[in-house]
Amino acid sequence: MGFMERLIPHWGVHPDDRKRPAADAPVRRMPMPTRLYVPLLQHIGAPARPIVLVGQHVFKGQLLAEPQGMVSAAIHAPTSGTVVAIGEIVAPHPSGLPLVAVTIEADGEDRWADLVGCNDPFALDPQEIARRVAKAGVVGMGGATFPSAVKLAGGLRAKISTLIANGGECEPYLSCDDRLMRDRAADIVDGIRIVLHATGAREALVGIEDNKPEAIAAMQQVAAAFPEVRVRPVPTRYPMGSDRQLIMELTGCEVPADSRAFDVGILVHNVGTLAAVRAAIRFGQPLVSRLVTLNGGALRAPGNIEVPIGALAEEVIAFANGFKETPARLVLGGPMMGIQLPHARVPVVKSTSGILALTAAEAAGQNLRGPEPCIRCGSCVRACPVGLLPLEMARRIASADFSGAVDFGLKDCIACGCCAYVCPARIPLVQYFNHTKGELAALERAKLRAEATKKLVAARAERIERETREKAETAARRKADRDAAKKAAAAAAAAAAPSEETAA
Amino acid sequence: MNPISAGDVIASPHAHGGGSVCMTMRRVMFALTPATLFGLWLFGWPAINLFVISLGSCLLFELISQLLMGKSPTLGDGSALLTGWLLALTLPPWAPWWTGVVGGFIAIVIGKQVFGGLGQNLFNPAMVARVALLVSFPVVMTQWVAPQPLGSPAAPGFVESVRITLTAPPLPDAVASASLLGHAKTEQSRGVDLVKAFASPTAPVTSPVGLRAGSLGESASLLLLAGGLYLLFVKVIGWQTPLAVLAGIAVPAAIAHGLDPTHYLGVGAHLLSGAAILGAFFIATDYVTSPNTAAGQLIFGLGVGLLTWIIRTWGGYPEGMAFAVLLMNALAPVIDRYLKPRILGRRRDGRELEPAQS
Repeated sequence: MGFMERLIPHWGVHPDDRKRPAADAPVRRMPMPTRLYVPLLQHIGAPARPIVLVGQHVFKGQLLAEPQGMVSAAIHAPTSGTVVAIGEIVAPHPSGLPLVAVTIEADGEDRWADLVGCNDPFALDPQEIARRVAKAGVVGMGGATFPSAVKLAGGLRAKISTLIANGGECEPYLSCDDRLMRDRAADIVDGIRIVLHATGAREALVGIEDNKPEAIAAMQQVAAAFPEVRVRPVPTRYPMGSDRQLIMELTGCEVPADSRAFDVGILVHNVGTLAAVRAAIRFGQPLVSRLVTLNGGALRAPGNIEVPIGALAEEVIAFANGFKETPARLVLGGPMMGIQLPHARVPVVKSTSGILALTAAEAAGQNLRGPEPCIRCGSCVRACPVGLLPLEMARRIASADFSGAVDFGLKDCIACGCCAYVCPARIPLVQYFNHTKGELAALERAKLRAEATKKLVAARAERIERETREKAETAARRKADRDAAKKAAAAAAAAAAPSEETAA
Repeated sequence: MNPISAGDVIASPHAHGGGSVCMTMRRVMFALTPATLFGLWLFGWPAINLFVISLGSCLLFELISQLLMGKSPTLGDGSALLTGWLLALTLPPWAPWWTGVVGGFIAIVIGKQVFGGLGQNLFNPAMVARVALLVSFPVVMTQWVAPQPLGSPAAPGFVESVRITLTAPPLPDAVASASLLGHAKTEQSRGVDLVKAFASPTAPVTSPVGLRAGSLGESASLLLLAGGLYLLFVKVIGWQTPLAVLAGIAVPAAIAHGLDPTHYLGVGAHLLSGAAILGAFFIATDYVTSPNTAAGQLIFGLGVGLLTWIIRTWGGYPEGMAFAVLLMNALAPVIDRYLKPRILGRRRDGRELEPAQS
């Protein structure tokens, strides 16, 4: 960090964290709902391919759908019961578009399938660990949902030196990672050690924002026995839990823009993911439930709840005694990057860190009369953790100059929401940027499609030409053959004739 | 195709820091209040009339422009009020009514609405108005009065003040006064060196408290400084621009004065006279017309300060802040173009960083 960068105020924002009292309430376990809706796409990559049939009985943890393609993740039954449908349900997405899911009617017994655990993970081959993690369908639980096994294998190949356990949890309201670190610090540290073994990394840094002193203390106590695991409190500043920002804070290392953390010898895993990796290796348990923070001023009993994957948000809210008042906005995830839900009839998935029911006062983000004009105050420039100029990008997008926005670095935007959070004119900057990224992706797809079509057309033309040529050649050859045959016949006849004559 | 009109679904974030355009404008006006009240007290009823006329004209022209353009009026955002306020502070305190009205028209209609309204203007509207008035009506715009505090025996009463504001009678000698910068310029042009010029007992003096002749709201340097520090404290402005402006004036002034005190005014005279403090904290820091990045603001501020000093020292006008601000406003887009922040993981030229093994 240069001298100028030190003088210039830091990136990021300091939203009111609103984590307590939900973070301090003990974890509650939700009873198994009667029906579970398990989407086949709960991760980045290709959706899993179902391998069960409607009417089939499954045990808890049994494979429902297997990964397909290079980047994908397995999906397992969150309880024992009968598969009653494989079809479209409403996705946990603001579009309300359908998503394919396996619907399971619970039999109430919650019986596990036979699981294969391991008493000494450190005796396992690193590749075997990645294989078992893949089998358990573990994905990044901090929100990115990247299949963990792919990351482990990549880390092993890239010969990483440092594992970062991300306990930043910088989103306001959320406390599921905080709770996990307080209650299950030993499991997380065990998971860290398994991943160190699986990737060959020498040391692990646990980054925890300093607004979680209990979690820091709990993790430090457990980590004290393992010198390779160091707990490092980091300043509370959103988005500290974003991987590039956390890497920078903990190691001083700046990940190049178009590279991944592996390229600088670092692997980042969320603490929840590490606990899931441990459960997968030690007990063979697939990822079928997770801690979900239920928070927001409209709820009666905020707190953290252990929820089976596939339970409807509605049922989770009902389990926590429902609403105190009608929420102005329902959000899946944190308030800074979460998505607005049109209703609560959507299932909890592997990436669901929180369900927020915000009151009108809490959700007061947008100006009802629409945004005011940009006064170029530069608040967004100071807040941007990536060093972009959100105001300039927005100005270009407003006049549909998408390539202009790209020139200002739109593709490096991480959609963290800092700019829109500080904007005094309340311009929905993230909406602008996401919209444009979508438009650009559509353009890109259209371009690819056009190129593919062009290739096909060219290939067809070539084929037709080749066929015509071949036909002509064949015809010519045949004609030549025929002529040759004729000639031969004529020659033979000619040869024969004199002999005949001779004979005669 | 408007990216905002995506139905009822609202993109993240679902929380907001709570700031607003209106609150920013209110804070700036709050910061200006002590110095303004002091100025109104110092120059009495005619100054109060001018202040009210200036603010009222800006609001009225904003309303008329927006109605003519078929936009819904946005007087509530406080920007027109602030423009009028800043304009009033830079006018001679006893200037006639029409300076406020013409100034308001130039600031709001020509300086701002013609460009597309709030956030679109290239130049600081209040400075456009001030410079246009100064160039068009140089005599009226350089009529300084000696302080006549409200309640003092020489101060005009309300009725008298209405007559002054409406008819702008020539100032009696007892009331007229030179500003320090004006005095310096006049004396130097007569060939009197500065040491002698300020040796006379009637020469204008600097006064941190503000008991001096000058524009309506520029004299109370300490109160303006307090307001500026408040804006820094509540983070409405950064330290870069004001510090750079003051340095841009003070550094060349110190060097030149050190070399030749007979021809160059000292640092104190420069910083405590004219609009140095007002300009550094309240005018050069205008968001719309200054660069967005900290580095850009440093360059912008240094430019404003340096140009101010150059104009004051060698230019035809005694004060150069308004000209300097406009000149640098014109450069702000260029500064922004070349001084973009470095994107994380990229070099300044936009190419990817070389991966460094940790």
